[in-house]
Amino acid sequence: MKITRRVLLAAPGALLLPAPTRADRQSLSEALRQFTGGQPMREGRVRLDVSPLVENGNAVPISVAVETSMTAADHVRRIGVFNERNPQPNVIIAQFGPRSGRAYLATHIRLATTQDLVAVAEMSDGSLWAQRVMVVVTLAACVEG
Amino acid sequence: MARVLLRVPTSAEKGAVIEMRALIQHVMETGYRPNAEGVLQPRDIIWNFTCRYDGEVVFNATLSPAIAANPFIAFTTIATQSGPISFTWEGDNGFAQTETRHITVT
Amino acid sequence: MKRIIAALLACCSVAVAEERRSGLFDMRPEAQAMQRDDSMNPGMLWVLDGEALWGRKPNPAAQSCADCHGDAASSMRGVAARYPAFDAAQGAAIDLAGRIIQCRETRQGSAPLAREGQELLALTSYVAHQSRGLPIAPPDDAGMRAARAQGQSIYMTQLGQLDLSCAQCHDDNAGRRLAGSVIPQGHPTGYPIYRLEWQGVGSLQRRLRGCMVGVRAEPFAYGSAAFIAIEAFLMERARGMEVETPGIRP
Repeated sequence: MKITRRVLLAAPGALLLPAPTRADRQSLSEALRQFTGGQPMREGRVRLDVSPLVENGNAVPISVAVETSMTAADHVRRIGVFNERNPQPNVIIAQFGPRSGRAYLATHIRLATTQDLVAVAEMSDGSLWAQRVMVVVTLAACVEG
Repeated sequence: MARVLLRVPTSAEKGAVIEMRALIQHVMETGYRPNAEGVLQPRDIIWNFTCRYDGEVVFNATLSPAIAANPFIAFTTIATQSGPISFTWEGDNGFAQTETRHITVT
Repeated sequence: MKRIIAALLACCSVAVAEERRSGLFDMRPEAQAMQRDDSMNPGMLWVLDGEALWGRKPNPAAQSCADCHGDAASSMRGVAARYPAFDAAQGAAIDLAGRIIQCRETRQGSAPLAREGQELLALTSYVAHQSRGLPIAPPDDAGMRAARAQGQSIYMTQLGQLDLSCAQCHDDNAGRRLAGSVIPQGHPTGYPIYRLEWQGVGSLQRRLRGCMVGVRAEPFAYGSAAFIAIEAFLMERARGMEVETPGIRP
């Protein structure tokens, strides 16, 4: 499909909405603040597994695992994953409990460009643990028409 | 009805931690992509995934446009009792689908 | 200078170097793992769709694929590995998707399936999947030789505003990088593939059209004899390599 000038000019009702700019997209730090309620995060216990280099950002496998016994007394309540440069900062937020067995989650995500990913775990005692990883994204060379 | 691929053990020992994988066919249109005429295509995503087993929600996830098309999720739960395990996806435009599998726990 | 290059290229034989390599191995380990795991490979969703279509009558008066062909795991085993094949009735080479379209029309008395439509992709994926793990074994008959020769000729022809032939990238520069991506040898081992770029499943012809647009050439039409000829040549070039359908590619 070709985007031609004639097509663009001939579409009177078409709104060319720009993608969210850096100024108006909710920032990563705001999204983190929303998840953590402003409480401090510590590094450790959370392992965010993602390849440091991906060839196509359309389906990037990630997994998050948290060191924990997952008992009623000490378990992960939530895991949140957030990104730095997609049009919006959320990736996934998942809920866990003692019945989970392991604090583990794997999925395939989209990455618009090279950026940081942050995984945060909220424990049953309210403490927060995080890991931040940078991912380099190269894109397919021959872009289709 | 979207096509679904579930990997759920059919049997397990009581107390064992079992891994479950769910893959569903869905475009997960982000809402940020323009079509050939430059018009943004409206968002159309699955935003919630829930697993219910033995009377409770054992896993729940809120998805965003950053989840890849044909969303895949893997997670674990403890095998407690024989019975149905249900998986529910909900999304934009009234998307709602539930699939059930049966597990035998010995 | 161009004529010298053309002459050098023309005397290259069909076989790529001894070390033929599927595009699977040019991908990162995570993407390879995605292809190898049927519980994660999104292409399997299309295979499952194809399985459902296989057993369904396209209209009440028609037979389903299963009515004639029975269990696909046995009847379709090895089929995709030997397509494109020569259709004596038409007197021309036909690809697997074309054969499914033909069956739908002539033997199931229904409207033909659209090229690159979801139904055809699902059925083609399902049928090709039954050959997964088998070596590509193009038929050795005279009818296919003309198609292969035409395909090889197109493969060697410089096309488009960028004036590049398939051979210049996929024979001469395979393994090197083009704008950050590894250039594969270009074997048709996993088709129809789940391409991450498309976020969906597509045919070899769709991929070839992408390449042609990439060199700024007017792409051949879906279903054209030119594409079937190229596929016939590529399959001969990949003789002995394993079918991977559904493949994942970036």
